[in-house]
Amino acid sequence: MSVAEKSRRRLRELRPSTVLATLALLAVSAIVLLPIAVIVLTAFKPVAEVNAYPPSLLPDAWTLDNLRQITADLPFARLIANSFAFAGGVTAFALVFDSLAAYALARIDFTGRRVLLVVIIATLMIPFQATLIPLYQLVSDLGWVNTYAALIAPRAADAFGIFFLRQFFLGLPRDLDAAARIDGASEFRVFRSIVLPNAVPALLTLGLFTFVNNWNDLLWPLVFTTKAEMGTITSGLTLLTGPSGIVPHGVMMAGSLIAILPLVVAFLFVQRRFIENIATTGLK
Amino acid sequence: MSAEQSTTRRYRPPAPLGGRRRDGAGSRNAKALAFLAPALVVIGLFVIWPMLSALRLSFTDASGFGREEWIGLENYRTVFTDPDVFDAVANTVWYTVLFTPTAVIAALALALLLNSPHLPFRSFFRTALFVPFVVSFAVAAFAWSYLIDPRVGLLNYWLRGLGVQMGDVLQDPDLAMPAVAFVAVWKLFGFYFVIFLAGLQDIPTSLYEAARMDGAGPWSRLRHVTLPMLSNTMAFVLVFAMIAALQAFDQIYVMTGGGPYGNTQTVVMEIYESGFRKLDIGFASALSYVLLIATLLLSLVQFVFFGRKEKDLS
Repeated sequence: MSVAEKSRRRLRELRPSTVLATLALLAVSAIVLLPIAVIVLTAFKPVAEVNAYPPSLLPDAWTLDNLRQITADLPFARLIANSFAFAGGVTAFALVFDSLAAYALARIDFTGRRVLLVVIIATLMIPFQATLIPLYQLVSDLGWVNTYAALIAPRAADAFGIFFLRQFFLGLPRDLDAAARIDGASEFRVFRSIVLPNAVPALLTLGLFTFVNNWNDLLWPLVFTTKAEMGTITSGLTLLTGPSGIVPHGVMMAGSLIAILPLVVAFLFVQRRFIENIATTGLK
Repeated sequence: MSAEQSTTRRYRPPAPLGGRRRDGAGSRNAKALAFLAPALVVIGLFVIWPMLSALRLSFTDASGFGREEWIGLENYRTVFTDPDVFDAVANTVWYTVLFTPTAVIAALALALLLNSPHLPFRSFFRTALFVPFVVSFAVAAFAWSYLIDPRVGLLNYWLRGLGVQMGDVLQDPDLAMPAVAFVAVWKLFGFYFVIFLAGLQDIPTSLYEAARMDGAGPWSRLRHVTLPMLSNTMAFVLVFAMIAALQAFDQIYVMTGGGPYGNTQTVVMEIYESGFRKLDIGFASALSYVLLIATLLLSLVQFVFFGRKEKDLS
Protein backbone atom coordinates (compact mmCIF):
# COMPACT_ATOMS: atom_id res chain seq x y z
CA MET A 1 0.00 0.00 0.00
CA SER A 2 1.44 3.38 -0.96
CA VAL A 3 1.90 6.17 1.57
CA ALA A 4 -0.75 8.29 -0.13
CA GLU A 5 -3.17 5.41 -0.01
CA LYS A 6 -2.37 4.84 3.64
CA SER A 7 -3.02 8.41 4.64
CA ARG A 8 -6.22 8.49 2.59
CA ARG A 9 -7.29 5.41 4.47
CA ARG A 10 -6.41 7.11 7.75
CA LEU A 11 -8.46 10.15 6.80
CA ARG A 12 -11.44 8.00 5.97
CA GLU A 13 -11.12 6.48 9.43
CA LEU A 14 -11.24 9.95 11.00
CA ARG A 15 -14.90 9.85 11.78
CA PRO A 16 -16.44 12.72 13.74
CA SER A 17 -16.54 10.56 16.88
CA THR A 18 -12.79 9.93 16.61
CA VAL A 19 -12.10 13.64 16.19
CA LEU A 20 -14.26 14.46 19.20
CA ALA A 21 -12.59 11.77 21.30
CA THR A 22 -9.15 13.06 20.34
CA LEU A 23 -10.09 16.63 21.24
CA ALA A 24 -11.55 15.52 24.57
CA LEU A 25 -8.39 13.55 25.36
CA LEU A 26 -6.20 16.50 24.40
CA ALA A 27 -8.16 18.75 26.76
CA VAL A 28 -7.98 16.24 29.62
CA SER A 29 -4.26 15.64 29.04
CA ALA A 30 -3.64 19.40 29.15
CA ILE A 31 -5.39 19.68 32.52
CA VAL A 32 -3.61 16.58 33.83
CA LEU A 33 -0.18 17.81 32.75
CA LEU A 34 -0.76 21.42 33.87
CA PRO A 35 0.60 21.00 37.43
CA ILE A 36 3.71 19.30 36.10
CA ALA A 37 4.25 22.09 33.57
CA VAL A 38 3.75 24.62 36.36
CA ILE A 39 6.32 22.89 38.58
CA VAL A 40 8.93 22.85 35.82
CA LEU A 41 8.29 26.38 34.55
CA THR A 42 7.88 28.08 37.92
CA ALA A 43 11.09 26.52 39.19
CA PHE A 44 12.97 28.68 36.68
CA LYS A 45 11.00 31.91 37.17
CA PRO A 46 12.44 34.95 38.94
CA VAL A 47 10.70 35.81 42.24
CA ALA A 48 9.18 38.98 40.81
CA GLU A 49 7.46 37.01 38.05
CA VAL A 50 6.26 34.26 40.37
CA ASN A 51 4.43 36.86 42.44
CA ALA A 52 3.37 39.02 39.54
CA TYR A 53 -0.23 39.71 38.68
CA PRO A 54 -1.57 38.68 36.25
CA PRO A 55 0.25 35.33 36.52
CA SER A 56 1.63 33.66 33.41
CA LEU A 57 2.53 30.09 32.59
CA LEU A 58 5.84 30.75 30.82
CA PRO A 59 8.69 32.65 32.42
CA ASP A 60 9.86 35.85 30.63
CA ALA A 61 13.33 35.46 32.04
CA TRP A 62 14.85 32.17 33.19
CA THR A 63 16.81 31.89 36.42
CA LEU A 64 18.47 29.28 38.63
CA ASP A 65 17.87 31.38 41.80
CA ASN A 66 15.08 29.13 43.06
CA LEU A 67 17.17 26.00 42.71
CA ARG A 68 20.04 27.74 44.47
CA GLN A 69 17.74 28.90 47.26
CA ILE A 70 16.22 25.46 47.88
CA THR A 71 19.61 23.82 48.11
CA ALA A 72 20.52 26.44 50.72
CA ASP A 73 17.29 25.92 52.70
CA LEU A 74 17.46 22.13 52.87
CA PRO A 75 20.26 19.53 52.97
CA PHE A 76 19.12 18.54 49.51
CA ALA A 77 21.84 16.14 48.44
CA ARG A 78 21.38 14.32 51.73
CA LEU A 79 17.60 14.11 51.38
CA ILE A 80 17.86 12.74 47.84
CA ALA A 81 20.45 10.21 49.00
CA ASN A 82 18.11 9.24 51.88
CA SER A 83 15.24 8.79 49.44
CA PHE A 84 17.37 6.52 47.27
CA ALA A 85 18.56 4.57 50.31
CA PHE A 86 15.02 4.21 51.69
CA ALA A 87 13.12 3.45 48.48
CA GLY A 88 16.00 1.45 47.00
CA GLY A 89 16.64 -0.49 50.22
CA VAL A 90 12.99 -1.39 50.68
CA THR A 91 12.73 -2.43 47.03
CA ALA A 92 15.85 -4.61 47.10
CA PHE A 93 14.93 -6.41 50.31
CA ALA A 94 11.27 -6.79 49.40
CA LEU A 95 12.06 -8.28 46.00
CA VAL A 96 14.35 -10.92 47.53
CA PHE A 97 12.22 -11.80 50.56
CA ASP A 98 8.90 -11.64 48.69
CA SER A 99 10.08 -13.82 45.82
CA LEU A 100 11.52 -16.43 48.20
CA ALA A 101 8.27 -16.61 50.15
CA ALA A 102 6.19 -16.55 46.99
CA TYR A 103 8.20 -19.46 45.60
CA ALA A 104 7.45 -21.59 48.64
CA LEU A 105 3.77 -20.69 48.46
CA ALA A 106 3.54 -21.41 44.76
CA ARG A 107 5.82 -24.42 44.33
CA ILE A 108 6.44 -26.31 47.58
CA ASP A 109 3.67 -28.44 48.96
CA PHE A 110 4.21 -27.88 52.69
CA THR A 111 1.94 -28.38 55.68
CA GLY A 112 -0.25 -25.35 56.39
CA ARG A 113 0.25 -23.73 53.01
CA ARG A 114 -3.39 -22.75 52.62
CA VAL A 115 -3.59 -21.32 56.14
CA LEU A 116 -0.46 -19.25 55.60
CA LEU A 117 -1.80 -17.93 52.33
CA VAL A 118 -5.02 -16.83 54.03
CA VAL A 119 -3.03 -15.10 56.80
CA ILE A 120 -0.93 -13.27 54.20
CA ILE A 121 -4.00 -12.15 52.27
CA ALA A 122 -5.52 -10.96 55.54
CA THR A 123 -2.49 -8.84 56.42
CA LEU A 124 -2.75 -7.37 52.93
CA MET A 125 -5.86 -5.56 54.08
CA ILE A 126 -4.40 -3.99 57.19
CA PRO A 127 -3.98 -0.27 56.64
CA PHE A 128 -0.47 0.55 57.82
CA GLN A 129 -1.77 3.55 59.73
CA ALA A 130 -3.53 1.10 62.05
CA THR A 131 -0.26 -0.40 63.25
CA LEU A 132 1.78 2.79 63.15
CA ILE A 133 1.80 3.60 66.86
CA PRO A 134 2.96 0.22 68.21
CA LEU A 135 5.33 0.01 65.26
CA TYR A 136 6.80 3.34 66.29
CA GLN A 137 7.15 2.11 69.86
CA LEU A 138 8.88 -1.06 68.65
CA VAL A 139 11.24 0.87 66.40
CA SER A 140 11.95 3.29 69.22
CA ASP A 141 12.61 0.42 71.70
CA LEU A 142 15.09 -1.01 69.20
CA GLY A 143 16.81 2.39 69.18
CA TRP A 144 16.16 2.78 65.47
CA VAL A 145 14.48 6.17 65.28
CA ASN A 146 16.38 8.35 62.77
CA THR A 147 18.12 5.38 61.18
CA TYR A 148 17.77 3.72 57.79
CA ALA A 149 16.88 0.51 59.61
CA ALA A 150 13.66 2.13 60.88
CA LEU A 151 12.71 3.20 57.39
CA ILE A 152 13.64 -0.03 55.63
CA ALA A 153 13.32 -3.05 57.93
CA PRO A 154 9.55 -2.91 58.59
CA ARG A 155 8.95 -2.94 54.84
CA ALA A 156 11.61 -5.50 53.91
CA ALA A 157 8.82 -7.93 53.02
CA ASP A 158 5.20 -7.27 52.33
CA ALA A 159 2.08 -9.26 51.83
CA PHE A 160 1.16 -7.57 48.58
CA GLY A 161 4.46 -8.44 46.92
CA ILE A 162 4.29 -12.05 48.10
CA PHE A 163 0.75 -12.48 46.85
CA PHE A 164 1.51 -10.75 43.54
CA LEU A 165 4.59 -12.87 42.84
CA ARG A 166 2.89 -16.09 43.93
CA GLN A 167 0.18 -15.49 41.36
CA PHE A 168 2.85 -14.95 38.74
CA PHE A 169 4.90 -18.02 39.73
CA LEU A 170 1.77 -20.18 39.58
CA GLY A 171 1.38 -19.22 35.94
CA LEU A 172 4.90 -20.31 34.95
CA PRO A 173 5.06 -23.75 33.29
CA ARG A 174 6.49 -26.51 35.46
CA ASP A 175 8.14 -28.53 32.69
CA LEU A 176 11.43 -26.68 33.04
CA ASP A 177 11.87 -27.20 36.75
CA ALA A 178 10.85 -30.85 36.47
CA ALA A 179 13.73 -31.37 34.04
CA ALA A 180 16.15 -29.53 36.30
CA ARG A 181 15.02 -31.58 39.28
CA ILE A 182 15.63 -34.85 37.46
CA ASP A 183 19.15 -33.53 36.87
CA GLY A 184 19.42 -33.19 40.64
CA ALA A 185 19.01 -29.42 41.01
CA SER A 186 18.24 -28.23 44.54
CA GLU A 187 15.09 -26.29 45.36
CA PHE A 188 17.08 -23.07 45.65
CA ARG A 189 18.71 -23.70 42.30
CA VAL A 190 15.36 -24.20 40.63
CA PHE A 191 14.21 -20.94 42.21
CA ARG A 192 17.30 -18.97 41.23
CA SER A 193 18.10 -20.29 37.78
CA ILE A 194 14.69 -21.24 36.45
CA VAL A 195 11.84 -19.44 38.16
CA LEU A 196 13.45 -16.03 38.77
CA PRO A 197 14.78 -15.48 35.22
CA ASN A 198 11.30 -16.22 33.88
CA ALA A 199 9.69 -13.79 36.31
CA VAL A 200 11.66 -10.70 35.29
CA PRO A 201 8.61 -8.72 34.06
CA ALA A 202 6.77 -9.34 37.32
CA LEU A 203 9.83 -8.49 39.41
CA LEU A 204 10.40 -5.32 37.42
CA THR A 205 6.80 -4.20 37.84
CA LEU A 206 6.75 -4.95 41.54
CA GLY A 207 10.13 -3.30 41.98
CA LEU A 208 9.09 -0.09 40.27
CA PHE A 209 5.82 -0.04 42.12
CA THR A 210 7.56 -0.49 45.47
CA PHE A 211 10.18 2.11 44.65
CA VAL A 212 7.64 4.74 43.56
CA ASN A 213 5.37 4.16 46.56
CA ASN A 214 8.19 4.46 49.06
CA TRP A 215 9.90 7.40 47.39
CA ASN A 216 6.58 9.23 47.52
CA ASP A 217 5.48 8.17 50.99
CA LEU A 218 5.05 11.03 53.41
CA LEU A 219 3.68 9.64 56.68
CA TRP A 220 6.33 6.89 57.02
CA PRO A 221 9.45 9.12 57.02
CA LEU A 222 7.53 11.76 58.96
CA VAL A 223 6.97 9.25 61.78
CA PHE A 224 10.32 7.44 61.87
CA THR A 225 12.63 10.40 61.49
CA THR A 226 12.77 13.51 63.63
CA LYS A 227 16.07 14.96 62.41
CA ALA A 228 15.85 16.96 59.20
CA GLU A 229 18.92 15.25 57.75
CA MET A 230 17.37 11.78 58.13
CA GLY A 231 14.17 12.66 56.27
CA THR A 232 13.45 11.91 52.63
CA ILE A 233 13.00 14.42 49.86
CA THR A 234 9.23 13.98 50.14
CA SER A 235 9.06 14.61 53.89
CA GLY A 236 11.83 17.23 53.75
CA LEU A 237 9.83 19.47 51.43
CA THR A 238 6.92 19.60 53.85
CA LEU A 239 9.23 21.14 56.47
CA LEU A 240 9.26 24.24 54.30
CA THR A 241 5.50 24.74 54.33
CA GLY A 242 3.08 25.23 57.14
CA PRO A 243 3.06 27.91 59.79
CA SER A 244 6.76 27.63 60.67
CA GLY A 245 8.15 28.02 57.19
CA ILE A 246 6.55 30.23 54.58
CA VAL A 247 8.60 29.64 51.49
CA PRO A 248 8.15 31.41 48.16
CA HIS A 249 6.24 29.44 45.54
CA GLY A 250 9.18 29.49 43.14
CA VAL A 251 11.41 27.81 45.72
CA MET A 252 8.75 25.20 46.53
CA MET A 253 8.37 24.39 42.84
CA ALA A 254 12.15 24.08 42.48
CA GLY A 255 12.12 21.58 45.38
CA SER A 256 9.19 19.73 43.84
CA LEU A 257 11.01 19.54 40.54
CA ILE A 258 14.01 17.90 42.18
CA ALA A 259 11.71 15.51 44.04
CA ILE A 260 9.80 14.31 40.98
CA LEU A 261 12.63 14.39 38.44
CA PRO A 262 14.19 10.97 39.15
CA LEU A 263 10.83 9.21 39.09
CA VAL A 264 9.38 11.00 36.07
CA VAL A 265 12.52 10.44 34.01
CA ALA A 266 12.72 6.79 35.05
CA PHE A 267 9.04 6.38 34.29
CA LEU A 268 9.33 7.89 30.83
CA PHE A 269 12.08 5.39 30.05
CA VAL A 270 10.18 2.33 31.14
CA GLN A 271 6.62 3.60 30.84
CA ARG A 272 5.46 1.32 28.07
CA ARG A 273 6.61 -1.80 29.80
CA PHE A 274 5.56 -0.57 33.24
CA ILE A 275 2.01 0.26 32.23
CA GLU A 276 1.63 -2.97 30.28
CA ASN A 277 2.97 -5.01 33.16
CA ILE A 278 0.67 -3.37 35.69
CA ALA A 279 -2.16 -4.14 33.35
CA THR A 280 -1.25 -7.72 32.54
CA THR A 281 0.68 -9.25 35.43
CA GLY A 282 -2.23 -9.36 37.78
CA LEU A 283 -2.31 -6.01 39.54
CA LYS A 284 -6.01 -6.26 38.88
CA MET B 1 13.94 -35.05 61.32
CA SER B 2 13.66 -35.72 57.63
CA ALA B 3 16.56 -38.15 57.66
CA GLU B 4 15.03 -40.04 60.56
CA GLN B 5 11.72 -40.24 58.79
CA SER B 6 13.12 -41.57 55.59
CA THR B 7 15.05 -44.35 57.37
CA THR B 8 12.34 -45.50 59.79
CA ARG B 9 9.51 -45.38 57.30
CA ARG B 10 9.24 -48.64 55.39
CA TYR B 11 6.56 -47.66 52.94
CA ARG B 12 6.70 -44.57 50.84
CA PRO B 13 3.87 -43.74 48.48
CA PRO B 14 4.94 -43.75 44.83
CA ALA B 15 6.12 -40.32 43.77
CA PRO B 16 3.84 -38.62 41.29
CA LEU B 17 5.35 -37.24 38.12
CA GLY B 18 6.98 -33.86 38.38
CA GLY B 19 9.08 -34.88 41.32
CA ARG B 20 7.47 -32.44 43.70
CA ARG B 21 6.56 -35.14 46.21
CA ARG B 22 9.74 -37.10 45.79
CA ASP B 23 10.89 -36.25 49.28
CA GLY B 24 9.03 -36.58 52.56
CA ALA B 25 6.69 -34.05 54.12
CA GLY B 26 9.26 -33.17 56.75
CA SER B 27 11.88 -32.35 54.19
CA ARG B 28 9.41 -30.29 52.18
CA ASN B 29 8.38 -28.38 55.30
CA ALA B 30 11.99 -27.66 56.16
CA LYS B 31 12.67 -26.37 52.66
CA ALA B 32 9.54 -24.25 52.65
CA LEU B 33 10.47 -22.78 56.00
CA ALA B 34 13.89 -21.80 54.70
CA PHE B 35 12.26 -19.95 51.83
CA LEU B 36 9.60 -18.36 54.01
CA ALA B 37 11.64 -17.44 57.07
CA PRO B 38 12.89 -13.94 56.11
CA ALA B 39 9.45 -12.72 55.03
CA LEU B 40 7.73 -14.35 58.01
CA VAL B 41 10.12 -12.69 60.44
CA VAL B 42 9.52 -9.26 58.88
CA ILE B 43 5.74 -9.61 58.66
CA GLY B 44 5.45 -11.23 62.07
CA LEU B 45 7.58 -8.62 63.80
CA PHE B 46 6.48 -5.48 61.97
CA VAL B 47 2.87 -6.19 60.97
CA ILE B 48 1.27 -8.89 63.09
CA TRP B 49 2.92 -8.05 66.39
CA PRO B 50 2.10 -4.29 66.13
CA MET B 51 -1.43 -5.21 65.17
CA LEU B 52 -1.91 -7.28 68.32
CA SER B 53 -0.09 -4.62 70.28
CA ALA B 54 -2.44 -1.92 68.98
CA LEU B 55 -5.37 -4.03 70.11
CA ARG B 56 -3.94 -4.24 73.62
CA LEU B 57 -3.09 -0.52 73.71
CA SER B 58 -6.62 0.36 72.64
CA PHE B 59 -7.84 -0.91 76.02
CA THR B 60 -5.33 1.19 78.00
CA ASP B 61 -4.66 4.84 78.77
CA ALA B 62 -1.17 4.60 77.24
CA SER B 63 0.50 7.95 76.66
CA GLY B 64 4.09 6.97 76.01
CA PHE B 65 5.09 7.86 79.56
CA GLY B 66 4.75 5.89 82.79
CA ARG B 67 2.65 2.81 83.38
CA GLU B 68 -0.39 2.28 81.27
CA GLU B 69 -3.61 1.34 83.04
CA TRP B 70 -6.20 -1.05 81.66
CA ILE B 71 -9.32 1.02 81.12
CA GLY B 72 -11.50 -1.47 79.28
CA LEU B 73 -13.73 -0.08 76.58
CA GLU B 74 -13.27 3.56 77.63
CA ASN B 75 -11.33 4.50 74.46
CA TYR B 76 -13.92 2.85 72.25
CA ARG B 77 -16.63 4.72 74.11
CA THR B 78 -14.78 7.94 73.34
CA VAL B 79 -14.39 6.92 69.70
CA PHE B 80 -18.12 6.39 69.38
CA THR B 81 -19.23 9.45 71.37
CA ASP B 82 -16.57 12.11 70.82
CA PRO B 83 -17.89 14.85 68.50
CA ASP B 84 -14.40 15.34 67.00
CA VAL B 85 -14.27 11.69 65.97
CA PHE B 86 -17.77 11.94 64.59
CA ASP B 87 -16.68 14.94 62.52
CA ALA B 88 -13.56 13.12 61.31
CA VAL B 89 -15.64 10.11 60.25
CA ALA B 90 -18.19 12.37 58.56
CA ASN B 91 -15.35 14.19 56.77
CA THR B 92 -13.81 10.90 55.66
CA VAL B 93 -17.15 9.70 54.31
CA TRP B 94 -17.63 13.02 52.50
CA TYR B 95 -14.14 12.75 51.05
CA THR B 96 -14.85 9.16 49.93
CA VAL B 97 -18.09 10.26 48.27
CA LEU B 98 -16.31 13.11 46.47
CA PHE B 99 -13.28 11.07 45.46
CA THR B 100 -14.43 7.56 44.55
CA PRO B 101 -17.12 8.13 41.89
CA THR B 102 -15.18 10.98 40.29
CA ALA B 103 -11.94 9.03 40.01
CA VAL B 104 -13.61 5.80 38.88
CA ILE B 105 -15.91 7.44 36.31
CA ALA B 106 -13.10 9.59 34.90
CA ALA B 107 -10.85 6.52 34.64
CA LEU B 108 -13.55 4.43 32.97
CA ALA B 109 -14.60 7.17 30.54
CA LEU B 110 -11.00 7.79 29.46
CA ALA B 111 -10.30 4.06 29.13
CA LEU B 112 -13.38 3.70 26.91
CA LEU B 113 -12.24 6.63 24.76
CA LEU B 114 -8.72 5.29 24.44
CA ASN B 115 -9.82 1.76 23.70
CA SER B 116 -10.88 2.77 20.20
CA PRO B 117 -8.33 1.38 17.75
CA HIS B 118 -8.76 4.33 15.35
CA LEU B 119 -7.57 6.91 17.84
CA PRO B 120 -4.35 8.78 17.02
CA PHE B 121 -1.62 9.39 19.67
CA ARG B 122 -2.88 6.54 21.85
CA SER B 123 0.40 5.84 23.58
CA PHE B 124 1.00 9.55 24.22
CA PHE B 125 -2.38 9.88 25.93
CA ARG B 126 -1.84 6.73 27.91
CA THR B 127 1.49 7.99 29.23
CA ALA B 128 0.22 11.52 29.90
CA LEU B 129 -2.71 10.26 31.93
CA PHE B 130 -0.52 7.94 33.98
CA VAL B 131 2.25 10.43 34.83
CA PRO B 132 0.53 11.87 37.95
CA PHE B 133 0.66 8.41 39.51
CA VAL B 134 4.45 8.69 39.89
CA VAL B 135 4.20 12.18 41.45
CA SER B 136 3.96 12.15 45.24
CA PHE B 137 0.85 13.42 47.00
CA ALA B 138 3.02 16.00 48.75
CA VAL B 139 4.33 17.47 45.50
CA ALA B 140 0.88 17.27 43.91
CA ALA B 141 -0.38 19.24 46.89
CA PHE B 142 2.27 21.96 46.48
CA ALA B 143 1.58 22.34 42.76
CA TRP B 144 -2.20 22.47 43.09
CA SER B 145 -2.01 24.83 46.08
CA TYR B 146 0.00 27.19 43.92
CA LEU B 147 -2.37 26.82 40.97
CA ILE B 148 -5.38 27.75 43.10
CA ASP B 149 -3.63 30.42 45.15
CA PRO B 150 -6.17 33.27 45.50
CA ARG B 151 -3.63 35.93 44.52
CA VAL B 152 -1.13 34.52 42.03
CA GLY B 153 -2.71 31.16 41.14
CA LEU B 154 -2.84 30.57 37.42
CA LEU B 155 -5.97 28.43 37.53
CA ASN B 156 -7.72 30.97 39.71
CA TYR B 157 -6.80 33.70 37.24
CA TRP B 158 -7.94 31.77 34.17
CA LEU B 159 -11.24 30.80 35.78
CA ARG B 160 -11.80 34.43 36.76
CA GLY B 161 -11.40 35.22 33.08
CA LEU B 162 -14.25 32.79 32.42
CA GLY B 163 -16.36 34.48 35.09
CA VAL B 164 -15.83 31.86 37.83
CA GLN B 165 -14.81 33.36 41.18
CA MET B 166 -13.11 30.70 43.30
CA GLY B 167 -11.75 32.88 46.10
CA ASP B 168 -9.41 31.33 48.66
CA VAL B 169 -10.41 27.70 48.11
CA LEU B 170 -8.31 26.14 50.87
CA GLN B 171 -9.68 28.59 53.46
CA ASP B 172 -13.25 28.07 52.30
CA PRO B 173 -15.08 25.61 54.62
CA ASP B 174 -17.21 24.34 51.70
CA LEU B 175 -14.53 24.13 49.01
CA ALA B 176 -11.47 22.89 50.93
CA MET B 177 -12.63 19.24 50.96
CA PRO B 178 -13.54 19.11 47.25
CA ALA B 179 -10.11 20.64 46.54
CA VAL B 180 -8.14 18.01 48.46
CA ALA B 181 -10.33 15.25 47.00
CA PHE B 182 -9.68 16.62 43.53
CA VAL B 183 -5.92 16.38 44.07
CA ALA B 184 -6.39 12.70 44.93
CA VAL B 185 -8.45 12.19 41.77
CA TRP B 186 -5.66 13.82 39.76
CA LYS B 187 -3.00 11.64 41.34
CA LEU B 188 -4.79 8.27 41.29
CA PHE B 189 -7.21 8.10 38.37
CA GLY B 190 -4.39 7.17 35.96
CA PHE B 191 -3.81 3.94 37.85
CA TYR B 192 -7.48 2.95 37.72
CA PHE B 193 -7.51 3.99 34.07
CA VAL B 194 -4.72 1.52 33.21
CA ILE B 195 -6.56 -1.27 35.01
CA PHE B 196 -9.76 -0.49 33.12
CA LEU B 197 -7.86 -0.39 29.85
CA ALA B 198 -6.50 -3.89 30.51
CA GLY B 199 -9.99 -5.08 31.45
CA LEU B 200 -11.38 -3.68 28.20
CA GLN B 201 -8.70 -5.41 26.18
CA ASP B 202 -9.66 -8.74 27.73
CA ILE B 203 -13.20 -8.56 26.33
CA PRO B 204 -13.36 -10.85 23.28
CA THR B 205 -14.12 -8.90 20.10
CA SER B 206 -16.46 -11.71 19.02
CA LEU B 207 -18.96 -10.45 21.59
CA TYR B 208 -19.05 -7.04 19.91
CA GLU B 209 -19.41 -8.61 16.49
CA ALA B 210 -22.32 -10.71 17.72
CA ALA B 211 -23.96 -7.62 19.26
CA ARG B 212 -23.48 -5.70 16.04
CA MET B 213 -25.12 -8.51 14.06
CA ASP B 214 -28.06 -8.28 16.42
CA GLY B 215 -28.28 -4.61 15.49
CA ALA B 216 -26.98 -3.16 18.76
CA GLY B 217 -25.80 0.46 18.51
CA PRO B 218 -22.76 1.86 20.34
CA TRP B 219 -24.76 2.78 23.46
CA SER B 220 -26.41 -0.60 23.65
CA ARG B 221 -23.08 -2.39 23.11
CA LEU B 222 -21.64 -0.38 25.99
CA ARG B 223 -24.55 -1.20 28.28
CA HIS B 224 -25.03 -4.86 27.38
CA VAL B 225 -21.53 -6.02 26.50
CA THR B 226 -18.80 -3.72 27.83
CA LEU B 227 -20.11 -2.83 31.27
CA PRO B 228 -21.23 -6.36 32.27
CA MET B 229 -17.91 -7.80 31.08
CA LEU B 230 -16.06 -5.16 33.10
CA SER B 231 -17.90 -5.82 36.35
CA ASN B 232 -15.01 -7.72 37.97
CA THR B 233 -12.54 -4.99 37.11
CA MET B 234 -15.07 -2.43 38.31
CA ALA B 235 -15.47 -4.16 41.68
CA PHE B 236 -11.72 -4.29 42.12
CA VAL B 237 -11.20 -0.64 41.24
CA LEU B 238 -14.10 0.53 43.39
CA VAL B 239 -12.86 -1.23 46.50
CA PHE B 240 -9.29 -0.13 45.83
CA ALA B 241 -10.44 3.48 45.46
CA MET B 242 -12.60 3.35 48.59
CA ILE B 243 -9.75 1.96 50.67
CA ALA B 244 -7.46 4.70 49.34
CA ALA B 245 -10.10 7.26 50.30
CA LEU B 246 -10.48 5.88 53.84
CA GLN B 247 -6.74 6.35 54.34
CA ALA B 248 -6.46 9.89 52.97
CA PHE B 249 -3.69 11.84 54.67
CA ASP B 250 -0.73 13.20 52.66
CA GLN B 251 -2.21 15.97 50.54
CA ILE B 252 -4.51 17.07 53.35
CA TYR B 253 -1.57 17.34 55.75
CA VAL B 254 0.20 19.59 53.22
CA MET B 255 -2.70 21.65 51.85
CA THR B 256 -4.96 22.38 54.81
CA GLY B 257 -3.52 20.61 57.86
CA GLY B 258 -7.10 19.53 58.60
CA GLY B 259 -8.58 23.04 58.41
CA PRO B 260 -10.38 25.33 57.89
CA TYR B 261 -12.21 24.82 61.19
CA GLY B 262 -11.37 21.09 61.10
CA ASN B 263 -13.37 20.68 57.91
CA THR B 264 -10.79 18.46 56.23
CA GLN B 265 -9.77 16.55 59.37
CA THR B 266 -9.99 12.89 58.29
CA VAL B 267 -9.72 9.74 60.40
CA VAL B 268 -6.03 9.18 59.59
CA MET B 269 -5.28 12.86 60.32
CA GLU B 270 -7.04 12.35 63.66
CA ILE B 271 -5.01 9.18 64.39
CA TYR B 272 -1.77 11.00 63.56
CA GLU B 273 -2.66 13.99 65.69
CA SER B 274 -3.92 12.09 68.72
CA GLY B 275 -1.17 9.46 68.56
CA PHE B 276 1.87 11.54 67.68
CA ARG B 277 1.03 15.09 68.75
CA LYS B 278 -1.26 14.71 71.78
CA LEU B 279 0.29 11.32 72.69
CA ASP B 280 -3.14 9.92 73.50
CA ILE B 281 -1.94 6.51 72.33
CA GLY B 282 -4.74 4.39 73.76
CA PHE B 283 -7.38 6.47 72.04
CA ALA B 284 -5.44 6.62 68.76
CA SER B 285 -5.11 2.82 68.84
CA ALA B 286 -8.84 2.37 69.34
CA LEU B 287 -9.50 4.70 66.42
CA SER B 288 -6.96 2.74 64.33
CA TYR B 289 -8.86 -0.44 65.05
CA VAL B 290 -12.11 1.09 63.91
CA LEU B 291 -10.35 2.07 60.65
CA LEU B 292 -8.93 -1.45 60.38
CA ILE B 293 -12.35 -3.02 60.76
CA ALA B 294 -13.89 -0.64 58.23
CA THR B 295 -11.15 -1.58 55.73
CA LEU B 296 -11.57 -5.29 56.40
CA LEU B 297 -15.33 -5.01 55.88
CA LEU B 298 -14.81 -3.29 52.55
CA SER B 299 -12.35 -5.99 51.46
CA LEU B 300 -14.80 -8.65 52.58
CA VAL B 301 -17.48 -7.09 50.41
CA GLN B 302 -15.02 -7.37 47.55
CA PHE B 303 -14.38 -11.04 48.23
CA VAL B 304 -18.06 -11.86 48.49
CA PHE B 305 -18.70 -9.94 45.29
CA PHE B 306 -15.85 -11.67 43.47
CA GLY B 307 -16.93 -15.07 44.75
CA ARG B 308 -20.45 -14.51 43.48
CA LYS B 309 -19.22 -13.30 40.10
CA GLU B 310 -16.89 -16.23 39.67
CA LYS B 311 -19.68 -18.63 40.53
CA ASP B 312 -21.87 -16.91 37.94
CA LEU B 313 -19.25 -17.40 35.28
CA SER B 314 -18.64 -21.07 35.93
